[in-house]
Amino acid sequence: MHPINRRDFGIAVVAAMLLPVGAARAEDSAVPLAVHIDNFVFEPAQLTVKVGQTVTWTNRDDIPHTVVCAGKFRSKTMDTDGTFSFTFTAPGDYKYFCSLHPHMTGVVKVE
Amino acid sequence: MSDHDHHGDGVSRRKVLECMTWAGTGVLWTITGGVPRSLGIVDQALAAEPAGMTFLQISDSHVGFDKPANPNAIGTLEEAINKINAMPKKPSFMIHTGDITHLSKVKEFDDADRIISQAKLDVHYVPGEHDIIDEEVKLYKERYGRGTKGGGWYSFDAGGVHFVGLVNVANLKGGGLGSLGDDQLEWLEDDLKGKSKSTPVVLFAHIPLWTVYPQWGWGTEDGARALEYVKGFGSVTVLNGHIHQVMQKVEGNVTFHTARSTAFPQPAPGTAPSPGPMKVEDAKLRSLLGVASINFKQGNERLAIIDTPLQG
Repeated sequence: MHPINRRDFGIAVVAAMLLPVGAARAEDSAVPLAVHIDNFVFEPAQLTVKVGQTVTWTNRDDIPHTVVCAGKFRSKTMDTDGTFSFTFTAPGDYKYFCSLHPHMTGVVKVE
Repeated sequence: MSDHDHHGDGVSRRKVLECMTWAGTGVLWTITGGVPRSLGIVDQALAAEPAGMTFLQISDSHVGFDKPANPNAIGTLEEAINKINAMPKKPSFMIHTGDITHLSKVKEFDDADRIISQAKLDVHYVPGEHDIIDEEVKLYKERYGRGTKGGGWYSFDAGGVHFVGLVNVANLKGGGLGSLGDDQLEWLEDDLKGKSKSTPVVLFAHIPLWTVYPQWGWGTEDGARALEYVKGFGSVTVLNGHIHQVMQKVEGNVTFHTARSTAFPQPAPGTAPSPGPMKVEDAKLRSLLGVASINFKQGNERLAIIDTPLQG
């Protein structure tokens, strides 16, 4: 399988432990913290989260993708079903793209 | 020439059968007098027995790819190499326009080497975006980057033609297309300086240097600058891969051509939700994969390009 999965599983566990903090506030419970890649598109392309929340990207294409936010974070290459998670610790707009297919872009707004 | 002959109304049964046996190989190019021309599929090219220098283009072998669009990308690469080995006239050398591997893994590079070396030809590579995604971004350069500049660009001369291998898959910016970058463009301008304008020039790179379909990232944002530098030359041929299908256009003295993949087809621009691998019926797959052969004959004005499907 993809070696990336085990590491990201660990991150996912950490994320799951952090989740109740965010979920404690009612208005956050409906916020999706997942971004899926289907057909070379980040969905949702714009996601708003709170400081401290973790977003997980999952590649559902048959082609590898990456998630890169200049100077902030850079995923390893995610093959099919590969994931990448990042915890946002400061507010701001985090514009990111796929370094392999740079026409693929998205943004995470951290409040 | 190229694809159109095989799908037109006047296709003979024999030609159809030929097409069916050769879907996924390469493009045979012949350079005659400066402008490369596609000779059509390889079998036709062989029949024509082109004089002059002939070289091959293969592309997008994606060794390691095992998804439904082609669970055996290694197998179809082997078929392509076998096809090349069966050519009665050995080409002078081969160019590979990138995406040698699918995920830049050591084993993928090893497998690709093992198979491609069976053609016993010199191979001039440029990287695709799939070849530079190892953690340290070093495997491609270790294997193919010796003697190259920057991210792996270089030039060489063969048979009276000046060949330039360009890298347009590195340091891409969000929202953008393929990119050559200032360093490489300055080097290119310098490299072409002092060359006689009658020297035929072949530029090859992974992503098309011309804008094929920007919505899918099929183009190079500063490709026009590279084309500016070759403007005065009498014969310019631009060979690319990346889009896994044959496309060709001629603009003045410049012929643009993209080669098929040896691994899996991709949809025509805008005909699918994404440019991802296109799953076709098993029986059809090999008609959409292939190689190109290019022939250059001194004194003629064109390089002849033959796209040959693995089966078709």
